[in-house]
Amino acid sequence: MATLTLDPPSTGTGTPGNRGRADRRTGLHLVGRVLLYAVMLVAAAAILVPFVWMVTSSLKNSTQVFTVPIQWLPDPVVWQNYLDIWTKADMSTWLRNTLLLSVVITFLQVLTGSFAAYGFSKVRFPGRDVLFLAYVGTIAVPWQAYMIPQFILMSRFELSNTLWAMIALQAFGAFGVFLMKQYYESIPEELSEAARIDGLSEYGIWRRVVLPLSGPAVASLSLLTFVNVWNDYLGPLIYLRSPEIWTIQIGLKSLVSQYNAEYALIMTGSVLSVLPIAIIFMLGQRYFVQGIATTGVKG
Amino acid sequence: MSATTIERPRAPGRRLRRRRALVGWTFILPNFLGFATFTLVPVLILMYLGFTSWNAFGAAEFTGLENYERLLSDSTFHTALLNTLYYAVFHIPLTLVAALGLAVLLNQKLRGVAFFRTVAFFPYITSIVAIAVVWNMLFSPEAGPVNQFLEAIGIASPPGWTTSTDWAMPAIILVSIWRDMGYYMLLFLAGLQAIPGELYEAARIDGANAWQRFRNVTMPGLRPTTFFVTVMLTIGSFKVFDLILVMTNGGPGTATLVLSQYIYDTGFVERDFGYASTVAIVLFLICIGVTVLQFLVNKRRER
Repeated sequence: MATLTLDPPSTGTGTPGNRGRADRRTGLHLVGRVLLYAVMLVAAAAILVPFVWMVTSSLKNSTQVFTVPIQWLPDPVVWQNYLDIWTKADMSTWLRNTLLLSVVITFLQVLTGSFAAYGFSKVRFPGRDVLFLAYVGTIAVPWQAYMIPQFILMSRFELSNTLWAMIALQAFGAFGVFLMKQYYESIPEELSEAARIDGLSEYGIWRRVVLPLSGPAVASLSLLTFVNVWNDYLGPLIYLRSPEIWTIQIGLKSLVSQYNAEYALIMTGSVLSVLPIAIIFMLGQRYFVQGIATTGVKG
Repeated sequence: MSATTIERPRAPGRRLRRRRALVGWTFILPNFLGFATFTLVPVLILMYLGFTSWNAFGAAEFTGLENYERLLSDSTFHTALLNTLYYAVFHIPLTLVAALGLAVLLNQKLRGVAFFRTVAFFPYITSIVAIAVVWNMLFSPEAGPVNQFLEAIGIASPPGWTTSTDWAMPAIILVSIWRDMGYYMLLFLAGLQAIPGELYEAARIDGANAWQRFRNVTMPGLRPTTFFVTVMLTIGSFKVFDLILVMTNGGPGTATLVLSQYIYDTGFVERDFGYASTVAIVLFLICIGVTVLQFLVNKRRER
């Protein structure tokens, strides 16, 4: 059950030894290497083209977006869209709502998730495994299948059309419990045993021993949750009806229908909705990779 | 446990057991309350709603199997089911192959590999709305970059993509492969790194070439990962929704209408909660059924 760490530059042993000594002597090796780079570059370019197009289009006038042949570099560079969008659309409200939801939900998910994971991995009691099975089982059930009863329930609680609905929907996910539990199981039992002998209560062990040791898992879960909430479209579509509680995704969609011919403005909105996530991803990509590797592959 | 046996009674007494259960539950409860209310209970209600007629006003009325009979003669449902299968049949294998290819490529010890991994994963973490909007523009029939490229390489009349009933679904499949492959690539990379390097050395000494090593070392070593990826991809394919909702809204006509959108339209637009739940149960059963099937097949192959 060891946690799989996937350090981006694979350091040492992990990579299968296909750089044998025999290869190194031949010129074949160099050719292979050049070919590999060529393939990687082509693939990377193909993957990135939509993003490049998004950014360059946002720096054009709308009439210049669709030209034959394609104009890859905007000439002149038009920054006006980045000023106009704040007055033409309610961007600041959308961004504020999204940020608020992302932060609150991430905090609650990490807190309740790691707390529950401790119960599942470090405390032995009857019924625990059945309960955990219920958690894992729902990961396989598509949300689309139970969104209707969930909506009815939320309406009964009068949570629908409030930001609370989004919090209730996303803050108690099974995924967080699962991720934290996987990680806690790699923490040696001797540590909590020693703390128990020293007289710490279970809550104390969670707070002072296990939680401080699970920094990488907390980082993974925080980043993954934050990004999920930021990017969620269906939840807000169903629950957030009033424009003043819209999130950036709903806002962006409304921008598309309202200004459907102002391509450059739409691309500006898209860039602004992706930018915060891109920055977070660049800063913490190690934790994204680890989080996915830990939960993705069964130990 | 050996360290504590000195101070504690040998077998945990009933009081201790009860205490432990209490402690365990207090850890789980904060999360469980929210999880049970907003996930577990809705799943259970779903099972009942599927047998009712309920249009959001008044109470649900039990109608037995009537909804299921209606499914049999509902041609829109059949279209949605077929479109979902169409999507799944192409999306699952193509994403699997693309992700595995990327993983093998990016598992090499080369300078800059980390950068390429980041690039490949990036589409997966960007918002569906933004990428759907961008791709819609890229696929634009007249002056869109995709068709300009196709014309440049000699295809005289490139397809109309999202505006054409025949090409809307392929367009969506292409975008979803582009978006998903980075995620599954990460899973495969984790799997690849778990294969011991000695196995490759041994195969090399036995004179196996690159393809033989891939076929006889990599593939068997990746089997647990491949299984997991297939299950995830299958569930993901059958519940596909938001990308289609933003890119084509199910159109043109019903060319890209899938099960999830049919549930959404019936439930939230027409307010027919009962019938929408019946369709939702079908989706649920497909996902569970496919998962169990794959599990059984995998078990048998392992023997």
